[in-house]
Amino acid sequence: MAEALVSLAAIIAGVAFLLVLWRFIKGPSPVDRIIAFDGLTIVSITGILFAALAAERGIYLDVALVYALLSFLGVIVVARFLERGF
Amino acid sequence: MGAILDLIGALLLLAGTSFLLLGGLGLVRMPDIYNRIQAGTKATTLGTLLSLVGVGFLHPEWSLKLLLIGVFLLFTNPLSSQVLARAAHRTGTRKSPATVVDQLEDDLGERP
Amino acid sequence: MTLSIGIALLLAIAMVVSAIMATRGRRSLGISILAAGLASLLASVMFLLLGAPDVAMTEAAIGSGLTTFLFFFVLGRVRRGEHD
Repeated sequence: MAEALVSLAAIIAGVAFLLVLWRFIKGPSPVDRIIAFDGLTIVSITGILFAALAAERGIYLDVALVYALLSFLGVIVVARFLERGF
Repeated sequence: MGAILDLIGALLLLAGTSFLLLGGLGLVRMPDIYNRIQAGTKATTLGTLLSLVGVGFLHPEWSLKLLLIGVFLLFTNPLSSQVLARAAHRTGTRKSPATVVDQLEDDLGERP
Repeated sequence: MTLSIGIALLLAIAMVVSAIMATRGRRSLGISILAAGLASLLASVMFLLLGAPDVAMTEAAIGSGLTTFLFFFVLGRVRRGEHD
């Protein structure tokens, strides 16, 4: 029962990944693509959670921590570039 | 007991990914950039936090790391959303015609 | 096992798309840099699925974080030099 629900959740997360990726490809302005980049990083954190569940290894969660840090830094850098151009 | 905890964790995981799906749908369907920032940041933050809690129910021995990731996301994600919205406003992004009030523009207009 | 294969398939499609955007995009240089960062980010998830968390951590920090930051920094410098 629980296994089937986890698989269904993984499929839903995959659909969300595809939707955000479509906005990254299509997005008319650079800000759209930055939002989509941030969203893809966040959905990837959930993907890492599923990978950790599938492999039963807790060390994978450290990579998710690095991802959370990187998403923040990347958005700050790109927003500053848009505002002032360094 | 373990089976019930697993079921609760799986349901929370399902709820979290449903919020991720809603965030992705809002990112595709919303009319302008500011609405997309709302959908793409708030809904996905809530979805990721729910997923972290669900994984915590499935594997209680990972709770410390999951809590650390959750606290970190809760601090950094609204901050990056605010910085991004301010950058979009300063570079003169067009608003949707349905926008009623823009208080940042009012504040900037009143400044000497 | 099937879960890992599904995630890897999705990642492979997204990596190919972002690599095409990085190399063939003619609209703006910033978008190409962002797409290259995305390809690197997804590559690190792929390393993780192949069972190498340390390599994934290094790839995420260097390939996606530091390289994107450095490229945007240099792009800003070059553009400012042109305008002066």
